[in-house]
Amino acid sequence: MSPTDTMSTKVVIVGASAAGTSAAEGLRARGHQGDIVLIGAERHRAYDRPPLSKQILQGTLEPADLALRDPEHLKDLAVNERLGVSATALDAAQASVHLDDGATVSYDRLIIATGVSARRLPHSDRVRGVYTLRTLDEGVGLRTALSEASRMVVIGGGFLGAEIAAVAAQLGVDVVIASNTSALLGHALGSEVGEQVTAFHLSKGIRLRTGHAARVKCLLSNKRQITGIAFENGEAEAADLVVVAIGSDPAVDWLRSSGLQLDDGVHCAPDCSAAPNVYAAGDVARWHNLLFDSAMRTEHRTNATDQALHVVNRIIDGDRTPYTPVPYFWSDQFTLKLQAHGHLRRHDEVRIIEGSVAEGRMVALYRKRETLCGVLAIGAAKALRQWRGHVAAQMTWDDATSLA
Amino acid sequence: MTFDIKIDKCVGAGVCAIAAPGIFDQNDDDGIVVVLDANPSNDQLGQLRDAAARCPAAVITLMEP
Repeated sequence: MSPTDTMSTKVVIVGASAAGTSAAEGLRARGHQGDIVLIGAERHRAYDRPPLSKQILQGTLEPADLALRDPEHLKDLAVNERLGVSATALDAAQASVHLDDGATVSYDRLIIATGVSARRLPHSDRVRGVYTLRTLDEGVGLRTALSEASRMVVIGGGFLGAEIAAVAAQLGVDVVIASNTSALLGHALGSEVGEQVTAFHLSKGIRLRTGHAARVKCLLSNKRQITGIAFENGEAEAADLVVVAIGSDPAVDWLRSSGLQLDDGVHCAPDCSAAPNVYAAGDVARWHNLLFDSAMRTEHRTNATDQALHVVNRIIDGDRTPYTPVPYFWSDQFTLKLQAHGHLRRHDEVRIIEGSVAEGRMVALYRKRETLCGVLAIGAAKALRQWRGHVAAQMTWDDATSLA
Repeated sequence: MTFDIKIDKCVGAGVCAIAAPGIFDQNDDDGIVVVLDANPSNDQLGQLRDAAARCPAAVITLMEP
């Protein structure tokens, strides 16, 4: 297809959050003239998700503050928005998407950007006072619940659980975290950094249960209102609020009959194509990142936009340029701002080259085989950005540590 | 082209400083945006648009002439 034809194709985007909306905006920015259909399961236009576990719970931002784009700007993009509508199936042979309002939408190009949904505990929907946090509606609900809570159990010691616990503690709620790892964030950042982060949380009055003592046996309730958690070791924690932050699953149920490969995300080639004329971007996409020679699926805010814009270029230019980003994420916990560039998961070694979590300033390097694979900083944002270039250049570990 | 910054929503990711290093920098510690050039020249407009599109907190608003 010639570039002129590409400019007038019909692009259907399933998922209207950060990745989907960035794709629509990016297509118009590249001069795409054809129809764009943007299908979103939530009734809201794209909003900023990271503040849901921070400023929304704290009450320092309101839902209206989270709009990622001005509605007038979106109107200028001339996008056919279908909000509050879910895709139910992809028929790749017919190049069409079925929707839960009964409609069928055909496409020339399809961008899958349906994100992830929070994992839940079995039967938790039968009890009031048990929350997950992924959507704006859930964030607003949890904020209200926090204002009335006195004792909270957070199940999950990852980034989301640690952020929610930090806000709740600052609001005066008695907080217990039940983590299946011995240290908060240990699975991502390594045990040494994780133990320092854990000590920081403990110093703020948060309690931690780990290992067998953190394995949930069942929810305790009275008249369908949560009253606590029973653990496998026979102990229990009283709670009038429980937050389940045990990770999320790619939203791919609607793709089960599509023929796409779907275990832990929509499998994509290095250029983010999943099938002829089908692409994926954002939290739902699993692709091979050639820079790290590793299959990846990242639930990071900046990746949603970066990957969407890569797919836009892929569609407009028609070439198979691989998507090779240096992933980036941040997390705010109490006064700590953690930021990282790189692919830290399954690292072989961590070396703290400056400071400590307790000092509120730290830089740590991560090694995979003989290469610098990532850098983590706390309160050292600008220094971190210098290190990002070394990660992108795949600096050897010896060179990196000699710079430190 | 000029632009507006909602600095209270900045998350300090540094995406703008990577996309448009002549226009944006960051504070040393929290990474909050520092504007180096409030009136970028025409040859920087592509970088400015890219920074605005990629900013994770949608802090940068372009003021189209």
